[in-house]
Amino acid sequence: MISLLQEAVTIAADEHTESVASSVAHGEVETATGLPQLDVTTFANQIFWLIITLLVLYWVVAKIALPRIGSVLSDRQGAMTGDLMAAEEFKLKAKEAEAAYDKALADARSEASKIVAANRAEIQKELDAAIAHADAEIAARTAESEKRIREIRDSADANAREVARDVTAELVRSFGGTVDQAAVDQAVDSRMKGALQ
Amino acid sequence: MATEAHGEATGLSFHPMDQFIVRPLFGDGEVHWYTPTNVTLWMFLIVAATLALLVMGSRGRAIVPTRGQSVAELAYGMVHKMIADIAGKDGLKYFPYVMTLFMFIVFANLLGLLPLAFTVTSHIAVTGVLAAAVIIGVTVIGFVKNGVHFLDLFWIRSAPLAVRPILAVIEVISYFVRPLSLSIRLAGNMIAGHAVIKVFAGFAAIAAVAPVAVVAVVGMYAFEVLVAFVQAYVFTILTCVYLKDALHPSH
Repeated sequence: MISLLQEAVTIAADEHTESVASSVAHGEVETATGLPQLDVTTFANQIFWLIITLLVLYWVVAKIALPRIGSVLSDRQGAMTGDLMAAEEFKLKAKEAEAAYDKALADARSEASKIVAANRAEIQKELDAAIAHADAEIAARTAESEKRIREIRDSADANAREVARDVTAELVRSFGGTVDQAAVDQAVDSRMKGALQ
Repeated sequence: MATEAHGEATGLSFHPMDQFIVRPLFGDGEVHWYTPTNVTLWMFLIVAATLALLVMGSRGRAIVPTRGQSVAELAYGMVHKMIADIAGKDGLKYFPYVMTLFMFIVFANLLGLLPLAFTVTSHIAVTGVLAAAVIIGVTVIGFVKNGVHFLDLFWIRSAPLAVRPILAVIEVISYFVRPLSLSIRLAGNMIAGHAVIKVFAGFAAIAAVAPVAVVAVVGMYAFEVLVAFVQAYVFTILTCVYLKDALHPSH
């Protein structure tokens, strides 16, 4: 089967060279008569250059390109891992700092409330003292006022009695009676009892 | 002369296969095995492109990659992950070769799409050698790593005893079809895509259909860019699958 194929290809190649010859003779550009892929006369050439190319390409890829790209990728992976770890550390530090800040804030707050309470107690004390002082003053003044009111009332009472006695004596005299001073006093006192007070 | 006459008669001249001809770079002589040809030139450009991407791109070794470096890292990561996922960690030993294969095929396909380019992966001789290297390499690895147990790949113990011989025959056939399917899939895709673009481009000579032809060429070209990458990817992923079979032959 292979020999058959080769024969066919050789015939094709012969035709090809013939047409090439004729076209060259006519000054034309070479044209393909069959599939150029089946022209076995060029196989050795293609395979030779392919093997050379693959060897060179393999050397370039295996010895230069892949190690370099691989090292770049692993470097990047390393850098990323390092950065992530550093970030984790910073996060931890930030958390610690936050805790410290919260603690300081709470301390300051309790201190402030302590100071406020102390101040309040002090002020309360002063206030109490002032109120007590004021109360005493007020009581003293009230007592004095009451005393004076009593004096005024007493004097008014005495004056009213005097006037009533005088008026009673004058009335008794004008009716022609004799004035019994003791009787008049008694009558006035009994009348006045209950009027005043 | 015949083609020229034909061309004048219809206003069309199709030479979709001319782009695949292997020509000497210097002069018109015969193509010997050592002759520098367009194959040589384009394979050299593949090596140059790989150097530019993987070596020049990563020369900064930057922690924060440049654009070129991130593409190189993307290619590295893609093939690396492919091997690790499919063939397992012990397959990573063969990472350089799989990477070489991928870079060669992807750049051969993509550079082949440049106007006036020669596509080395459109030649069955090239893809055949690539596929043969994979299959022979994988078979050798399989026998070296597992000894006779490599044949467990064909003798499926999880199946009932009665059907095992039949399955063995099927497995053996499928094993030997692998290099054929690998090489023909790649070359076939490349030949077909490039030939179709050429045919559409030939139609542009007729004024009436020229706009359609131009749009078709643009569409085909975009599709071929996709195919160029996908075929390189498929070749590489199948290599990984075969490598997995060689490293862990039991199903």
